[in-house]
Amino acid sequence: MKELIYLFHDVFPALMSGLWISIQLIIPSVIFGASMGIIAGTLSVYGHPLLKVASKTYVTIFRGFPLLVQLYIWYFGLPRIGIYFSPMAAAIIGFSLCSGAYQSEYVRGALLSIKKGQLLAAHALGFSRTKTLLSVILPQALRRALPGCGNEIIYLIKYSSLAYMVTCIELTGKGKILASASLKYTEIFMIVGAIYLVLVSVASLLLNRMETWLSVPGFEQHRA
Amino acid sequence: MIPQGLTAIKEGLPYLLEGALVNIAVVLGAMALGFALGLPLAVGHVYGNRKTRGLIGIYILFFRGIPLLVLLFLFYFGLFSLSGINASAFTVAIVVLGLISAAYQSQILRGAILSLPEGQMKAALSIGMSKKKAIFFVILPQALRLSIPGWSNEYSILLKDSAVAYALGVAELMARAHHVASRTYQHLYLYLTAGFIFLLLTYLGTKGLNVLYKKVGIPGYLR
Repeated sequence: MKELIYLFHDVFPALMSGLWISIQLIIPSVIFGASMGIIAGTLSVYGHPLLKVASKTYVTIFRGFPLLVQLYIWYFGLPRIGIYFSPMAAAIIGFSLCSGAYQSEYVRGALLSIKKGQLLAAHALGFSRTKTLLSVILPQALRRALPGCGNEIIYLIKYSSLAYMVTCIELTGKGKILASASLKYTEIFMIVGAIYLVLVSVASLLLNRMETWLSVPGFEQHRA
Repeated sequence: MIPQGLTAIKEGLPYLLEGALVNIAVVLGAMALGFALGLPLAVGHVYGNRKTRGLIGIYILFFRGIPLLVLLFLFYFGLFSLSGINASAFTVAIVVLGLISAAYQSQILRGAILSLPEGQMKAALSIGMSKKKAIFFVILPQALRLSIPGWSNEYSILLKDSAVAYALGVAELMARAHHVASRTYQHLYLYLTAGFIFLLLTYLGTKGLNVLYKKVGIPGYLR
């Protein structure tokens, strides 16, 4: 009985407030990450040669460094040169840039999979290069990139737990504090894990739905 | 500012590289454990009955859906100490990363097995091989070769995830960079160095696996 009271009175409210912070981390990171991914991916295919090199370098570095190292650089490293971030801002910047680097590879792959004839056809119709990209190529490529980018979003949700390491106390952090206080590590981390499982399942369901909503009937349906 | 940073890197580098060896040990251990568990999981997922597949599905959902950090805490502070096993942080890191990797590796292998033409199994059965024999001598030798590109991905993910073992206090590269940084106040330079060491290790590992892929490939077969 005492344990149940503890569970409902202390653990749940604290974990829910942690979950809310996690969500505040995840949503902006998803939005910025996807934007970074689309921009970097597009530039690496259609950009000026210099921009191609720039986006390649970005992708190599941000995919090659472990996310934890990146977060430490944003939060503990940059104050050395006078740039200060709050834990939350550092976490969001770290997640967005890392996720963007991974997503840009999917966008790049999708862009390259669009037939070159479309570019020529749009050109023949008098579309400018930018216009072609925005209204012919990207709408198709982004639909193709969605499954891969969706996977990255799922990864992002799981990696949001690393924000705890830069002192942003979200779901995992709250769990750690509660567990250290009550010594009920197994129970509390089981609950935390279950919450993440729900988050991940809901997100993958939504992403699947989104694929269906966005698909153009009778055109390029990949699913059986 | 920059010269101080460089001195800190120069002095800390041997210590950091020792830490990189710890990361490599964690990754190798986790990959081996992940393979040992992932192979039966994959075979069970493809050829098992409904119950087996259901159980394997639950295992995969659990280890792919829960963040690494939460699993590390759950196992290190929770399950291991609850069951009275006195495991070091290093061992727990290998076990947890291995269990996660098993879930991912089973999917890599499953994809490889499913990509083989179905006729091969039928042909093997029709010339009198048992199912077990067919899996071992016909299906797996091909599927394992096909899985190498997937493994090279898995290697780079594991290597980067091994930095999270720092949260348990394993003295790996990231932890050592943090130690040196706290002593010299050159956080930025040391974390950048750690990052580049990880980058280099990823590059070397994926290159190595690529060479292996070409080497074990059967000429004129499988691309």
